[in-house]
Amino acid sequence: MGAEREPERGAERVVVGDKRKLRLATASLAGCFGCHMSLLDIDERLFELVERVDFDRSPLTDIKHCGACDIGLIEGGICNAENVHVLREFRSHCKVLIAVGACAVNGGLPAQRNHLDLGQCLQEIYLTAPDIVGGKIPNDPELPLPLDKVHPIHEIVRIDYFIPGCPPSGDAIWKFLTDLLDGRTPRLGHPLLHFD
Amino acid sequence: MTQPSILLDGLPVPFVDGQTIMDAAMAADIFIPHLCHHPEFKPQGSCKLCTVKANGRYVSACTLPARDGMEVENNSPDLNDKRRTLLQMLFVEGNHFCPSCEKSGNCMLQALAYELEMLSPHFDQFYPNRAVDASHPEVLLDFNRCILCELCVRASRDVDRKSVFSLSGRGIDKHLIVNAESGRLADTDFSWADKAAHVCPVGVILKKRSGFAVPIGKRRYDVEPIGMQVERLAARSADEES
Repeated sequence: MGAEREPERGAERVVVGDKRKLRLATASLAGCFGCHMSLLDIDERLFELVERVDFDRSPLTDIKHCGACDIGLIEGGICNAENVHVLREFRSHCKVLIAVGACAVNGGLPAQRNHLDLGQCLQEIYLTAPDIVGGKIPNDPELPLPLDKVHPIHEIVRIDYFIPGCPPSGDAIWKFLTDLLDGRTPRLGHPLLHFD
Repeated sequence: MTQPSILLDGLPVPFVDGQTIMDAAMAADIFIPHLCHHPEFKPQGSCKLCTVKANGRYVSACTLPARDGMEVENNSPDLNDKRRTLLQMLFVEGNHFCPSCEKSGNCMLQALAYELEMLSPHFDQFYPNRAVDASHPEVLLDFNRCILCELCVRASRDVDRKSVFSLSGRGIDKHLIVNAESGRLADTDFSWADKAAHVCPVGVILKKRSGFAVPIGKRRYDVEPIGMQVERLAARSADEES
């Protein structure tokens, strides 16, 4: 029996292999990983997703640098120099780049610091807060330099699609991705399109 | 004699003399996107969201009187594209970070963005930094969300007879001010019972100690998109709903 079934499976694989699996990369920049949690929230549909895509760089694979990809999902805005580098790496390697969630779309919560002076923020947190004794502002060369202001990612690179929400629901992410994978124009209607 | 009518997206919509295109549409339960318009107030046509094409010309539906036989284009990709751009400009000019706003789910600006499928702000964010006014015992003012629709100005002046609010400055510097020497709402005779407290389409005029009372999923525009709530668009604040 086993010997008979082997070639069948092999044949199936060939059929699937004809339709090249797409490569998908994800990253969280100045975000909270809430959008990645929402991606996991597609639950058992993750099995269907991995049938159709291979994960490249992503917290799910722990691959550190993005290779040539078809789709890139970016969560979070731009708050430091490293964010800029990662975003540019994604842009240059992903055919389709998608901003996922409020922070990527409009800066979100991290951007609410934009009306504060960064230097004063650092001073207050590390030097002058009431319970700080002998504090100093971290300056290890490995730490990425914070930017003066937080920016949405479309202000840095060209973005192909946006999925708003804080976070967008698993259903919204699934609808968007399956529309894209099936070759339809991705569309979020009521109630999947929301900003909070 | 038959009643005069306009042809709205090819559909005959009757009107009575003196009604605008907006009046006729709303009476027929047809949605024309709008922000500065309120059925109980004299229209001023400043937000331009209600721009329609009447006999081939771009006009504000809320101010143009309907005329018999007028052909009006409303729900078309061309007009909705322009409306979406207007919304995007309003979003980047203020601080419309929805997740932290008490009006979220009941906000007309947000609901229109959903209706017109605005997925991104497109333009660069302004990130304004206007001080909030928490001086009043009942009401909080967050000026960072003001879209300059002047509904509170009109309500306070024409209905409440208090003239608590006004717009000041020109162009990009135009902003909402409070009519008190100190500029603080606490130093006016404004109260939550005022009409002006219940007309804000966005999250500027907020009742204190009542935010986030309705869970996500049950708020006004979670339940039904704004385009299907034409008859109820006069009610604005959350306590008018319940």
